[in-house]
Amino acid sequence: MPDSPLELIQERFSDALLSSVSYRAQDTAVIRRERLLDVARSLKEEASIAFDVLMDLSCVDYLRFGKSKTSAPTLATPSPLPYFMKPKPSTETWKRGVSNDEYRFDVVYHLYSTVHGHRLRLRVPVAMASLEVPSLTGLWAGANWFEREAWDLFGIVFKGHPDLRRILLYEEFKGHPLRKDYPINKRQPLIGPLN
Amino acid sequence: MTQAVSSAIIQAPAPGVETRHMFVNMGPSHPAMHGIVQLIVQLDGEIVVKADAEIGYLHRCFEKESERGQYNAVIPYTDRLNYVSPLINNFGFCLAVERLLDIEVTERCQYIRVIMSELSRLTDHLTCVGASAMEVGAFTVFLYMMKAREWLYEVIESVVGARLTISYGRVGGVKADLPKEFSDRTLKVLEDVRKVLLECDALLTRNRIFLDRMQGTGIITGERALNFGITGPFLRGSGVALDVRKAEPYFVYDRIQFDVPTGRHGDNYDRYLVRMEEMEQSMRIVEQALDQIPGGSLNIDYEGNVIPASVMVDEAKMGRVAGFKSPQVHVKPDPTLWGSTRGFHERINAPEKRAVLPPKEDTYGNIEGLMHHFKLIMIGHGIKPPQGEYYSAVEGANGELGFYVVSDGSDRPFRVRVRPPCFAIMSALSELLVGDTLADIVPTFGSVNMIGGELDR
Repeated sequence: MPDSPLELIQERFSDALLSSVSYRAQDTAVIRRERLLDVARSLKEEASIAFDVLMDLSCVDYLRFGKSKTSAPTLATPSPLPYFMKPKPSTETWKRGVSNDEYRFDVVYHLYSTVHGHRLRLRVPVAMASLEVPSLTGLWAGANWFEREAWDLFGIVFKGHPDLRRILLYEEFKGHPLRKDYPINKRQPLIGPLN
Repeated sequence: MTQAVSSAIIQAPAPGVETRHMFVNMGPSHPAMHGIVQLIVQLDGEIVVKADAEIGYLHRCFEKESERGQYNAVIPYTDRLNYVSPLINNFGFCLAVERLLDIEVTERCQYIRVIMSELSRLTDHLTCVGASAMEVGAFTVFLYMMKAREWLYEVIESVVGARLTISYGRVGGVKADLPKEFSDRTLKVLEDVRKVLLECDALLTRNRIFLDRMQGTGIITGERALNFGITGPFLRGSGVALDVRKAEPYFVYDRIQFDVPTGRHGDNYDRYLVRMEEMEQSMRIVEQALDQIPGGSLNIDYEGNVIPASVMVDEAKMGRVAGFKSPQVHVKPDPTLWGSTRGFHERINAPEKRAVLPPKEDTYGNIEGLMHHFKLIMIGHGIKPPQGEYYSAVEGANGELGFYVVSDGSDRPFRVRVRPPCFAIMSALSELLVGDTLADIVPTFGSVNMIGGELDR
């Protein structure tokens, strides 16, 4: 019986696990999208894990990650602390787990178990060449609208979704605005030109 | 209306008579809709056979705009998510960034956050119950509850200086300390709110008309609700005692005693009862927090500590000379900065130069303070959490409010994702309405407590 959700994935789906991170006391498993359905089903149905709630589903576009132009360089060695400040414990490091150039998007699932009270974050890297991810609407009904939102704002296609329409924007909207290459001040015909 | 009654209303049409379903559009702008949302309802007689919700009318690109500015610049946007309980949104976002930076706010600040969150929850529940009671005809209750909400808004205003768009949270602390005599004022207001709630309880809870409208409508089982990702009072009305404040205590909720009320039937009436009881529990929390909140001397660090010479020089440069000589610099801050000046500043903010602005006397009074201010405000500087991601969950008034923040090491958030609690409830709405009558949409939709700001972002 695996105790923690990460253990279960490591034991049973070692081929599906691209990498795993524990950062700031939160566990993350990076999963191949081909095995997402199997992994999600086991996580939901295995009694010792029992993720009965899909808390959140979102997406992150890693285009130009860490290459923000406005950032000034930071000092490599921080200045000494004043006497009233406690020294920081050893700093954890975080890695995305896959190459930002190869995989542009991460579809992020936040799972929660009401039985055991634990959480797990699943990240599914998606390359620009094929934006398809299996839909989880069969496992959690709540995935329906969340997946529509990810399609609307990022253009991720969820295979097997019953009704993949735009949800926050209108049908005629062109493009997917939360992608990093969508300019923030871009106008569309239905919104009208600026001024 | 119960399933048995509604099926009795549907009568088989006479042979040779053709019947068609009727479409009714409720909204986008409709007096019984809380905010701008469209319900497309398919009716068989008076019974809803299919319902679809069309949202997005209030989409303001919150997540895209958040990526543009610095971390603290997101806070005014979070006010406008759930605008009935904006303080909880502020603290939820701050919590996520603080965890990314790996800093802990001071104990007094945590208590302040708990108190302000619970006052916000009270105003939210008062609005939700009051508005949905008004929609089923109890206008008096609405007015009573708005009156009580007004008193609470006055208390909130005395702390933050605004009623709705409060922007009170800061990464690493809050804007200002509690004002003088806050405790007495709040306790008196809570007494008055209790009286109002008793009156409303007498008007509604055993009212025949109210019972008929609320009982047995909008039923959802706990299991189904969890499958939809529903949290908060809506889920607790279905008998699942899930509350982030209990399950994963944040701030100082683990030091405070309160109960998590649950319903049994998962209908509108149980959700109403859960909300009424939660208001009582929120008041309990505020009272305990006011009792426990640490005060103490303002410059506690200076007492009993032998200050090394190098530290003394460094502190004197910062103008923090209260412990060893009279201040050289006299800066008179603007009265609107009350509660955030030196002294208060240390009580409510984490001792963390990477995230917290210096008090205004330091900014205007000495070069160290000005540089510190500059390093946090100017473009290209600012708060810079290391690369990483964090999902913070706080108990919003509608359910679990999550902020998923990804940092790429720069001064601007790489991605800010909000998990709006009413989004999950709205996705279940089409299932909730089916089988009930057209008139039942109004109380069911009222109990969803849809807030356009957080639903459409």
